[in-house]
Amino acid sequence: MENSPLSTTLAGLQLSNPTMLASGITGYSAESFLRVAKGGAGAIVTKSVSTQPRIGYANPIVVQAEAGLLNAVGLPNPGIDIFAEEIKYTKTLLHVPLIVSIFGYSAEEYTIAAKKAVDAGADAIELNVSCPHVKQTGAEIGQSPQLLSEVVQQVKAAIDRTLIVKLSPNVTDIGVLAQIAVEAGADALTAVNTLRALAIDPETQLPILSNIKGGLSGSAVKPVALRCVYDIAEVVDVPIIGCGGISNWQDTVEFFLAGASAVQIGTAVVNDMEVFCAITKGVDTYLRKKHYESVKEIVGRAHRK
Amino acid sequence: MLTANNTMRITQIVNVHSESPSVKTYTFLDKLCSVARPGQFLMLWIPGIDEIPLSIMDATNGLVSVSVKVVGDATRHLHSFEAGATIGIRGPFGKGFTESQGRVLLVGGGTGIAPLMFLAKQLRTKTEHLAFVEGAKTKEELLFVNELGGMCQEKNLITTTEDGTAGLQCLVTQPLASLLEKEHFDMIYTCGPEIMVKKIFEITEHHKLPLEASLERLMRCGIGLCGSCMIGKYRVCRDGPVFTTDQLREVKDELGISKIGFDGSRIPI
Ligand SMILES: Cc1cc2nc3c(=O)[nH]c(=O)nc-3n(C[C@H](O)[C@H](O)[C@H](O)COP(=O)(O)OP(=O)(O)OC[C@H]3O[C@@H](n4cnc5c(N)ncnc54)[C@H](O)[C@@H]3O)c2cc1C
Ligand SMILES: Cc1cc2nc3c(=O)[nH]c(=O)nc-3n(C[C@H](O)[C@H](O)[C@H](O)COP(=O)(O)O)c2cc1C
Ligand code: FES
Repeated sequence: MENSPLSTTLAGLQLSNPTMLASGITGYSAESFLRVAKGGAGAIVTKSVSTQPRIGYANPIVVQAEAGLLNAVGLPNPGIDIFAEEIKYTKTLLHVPLIVSIFGYSAEEYTIAAKKAVDAGADAIELNVSCPHVKQTGAEIGQSPQLLSEVVQQVKAAIDRTLIVKLSPNVTDIGVLAQIAVEAGADALTAVNTLRALAIDPETQLPILSNIKGGLSGSAVKPVALRCVYDIAEVVDVPIIGCGGISNWQDTVEFFLAGASAVQIGTAVVNDMEVFCAITKGVDTYLRKKHYESVKEIVGRAHRK
Repeated sequence: MLTANNTMRITQIVNVHSESPSVKTYTFLDKLCSVARPGQFLMLWIPGIDEIPLSIMDATNGLVSVSVKVVGDATRHLHSFEAGATIGIRGPFGKGFTESQGRVLLVGGGTGIAPLMFLAKQLRTKTEHLAFVEGAKTKEELLFVNELGGMCQEKNLITTTEDGTAGLQCLVTQPLASLLEKEHFDMIYTCGPEIMVKKIFEITEHHKLPLEASLERLMRCGIGLCGSCMIGKYRVCRDGPVFTTDQLREVKDELGISKIGFDGSRIPI
């Protein structure tokens, strides 16, 4: 693995290949993580977990759109205290890094949950800052520079593991928020979470999702996510993990060229749990054909002037 | 990347039929689900209320039927619907039963009978011998007795009730054990409460007979993304809902014991 053109280090995490399972995709149990790792994922990101358990929204929680999927699952999770046991159990079985995704409604909640995840054995923490800020209904924590900075600083001070911040695309200038996250201590950035969206049924004249609005993922968001990665790469030096609509090796190469050092795959798992393996093989062939020795050589190539 | 099956189709209920005091069969037009295989399920949207997983009970000529038992809010709303009411459909989803020949036994409890009815219709012309064991709490809740009696001949249909109002007074698993002592079967199919499935799995393992069992878990996305329906490494919505003997062996530590609840934690069944 050492000599594989695909092995890489990302903010201290050793990756045998640069593909990861995105947060929220079959993301609860050790058995599921193990299966995805066997399907070729170089790292696993868990479902987002908070200090308190949540049951999520009523069905429908997904609805298909043209070339994409809307979801509003509502972050159901057992709470960090119960999930800590799953983290411990997973760590006894899994041979790739386990990244625990955390969300909260205040900097304190993020910090408590992140600390507990690290104590249970998380190799890294990914902060999901795309959930609504309670005091300011509707707005996301990741849209407010001040709140984002506060959350990242507090978590960074409390843990000694790689800290990844997953950014929301639902902002005017993602570069500004990326810079704020990095200044506050982010070791890496994931870009992006889902795009806020809506589906209405003309017959019943009702929104379909029980939560009314949801997040768009899948092929439809790829060009937006790619632009976000490109914008972020222009302004920060930390590694970027590209996410949004990636389903094959060509998409993956595009994200590397835009500036990503690794990618996360979510919706494409719908077709194939072994999608990671297929992507890795494709990227490997691409690199050999173009005479590169490491995937690192193509990161950000599209930025050359 | 996503499939036509997963697109929500709006349709109208064309017929409602009462099967028992608590179960009604709804029939509607849907092209994609009308070519479903027995064992596959669909997601039925009750506009503005909920979306629930239901096994396909019958499918022919563009028409699809599901049999629904009242248990809570969503099913109560559905039971208030009459012909002409608007619903949304996604599916068919999951892996159905495999077709087998020779001597076949179907064992079902509660609304677990629904997918087995569909399967029996397909198998009756293809198998050498078809037998059915059906169980319910009480006589009124024994579903499709006449239809099943017609399909597999009266003498090959065994019914059980917990209160003894019809058939044998016992659980559905009891006649199964004695039947397997006496007769050989090439394949056994089951669907129903997970505790019952677990018991049947233990019996078929004891007799070294192949089993295909349809499982029910909490379903949200229905397409293998959200992870609500996992048993072991399998997604019931995608890798199931029908599981083979080999797969059941892999998940026997969870079968009938624990499942993932609404908040993603492991809860006892
Ligand atoms: C693959 C599959 C096939 C099914 N086929 C049939 C069928 O043919 N006929 C039938 O009557 N029922 C079937 N069910 C069960 C049916 O989906 C539930 O009874 C229904 O969702 C209950 O909704 P409710 O709001 O009325 O009840 P609630 O009060 O919400 O719940 C009652 C119980 O139903 C179960 N349930 C609730 N929501 C879901 C959900 N989204 N997914 C799975 N279980 C749930 C839970 O165990 C809960 O405790 C099937 C379930 C699955 C998973
Ligand atoms: C069903 C579903 C659940 C998700 N849950 C989470 C979550 O809990 N936390 C999170 O940060 N992102 C969550 N996401 C977003 C994904 O991790 C990812 O950022 C997004 O889907 C874009 O990538 P994709 O197009 O490859 O799916 C979820 C996405 C889907 C489709
Ligand atoms: S219901 Fe979402 S993975 Fe099965």
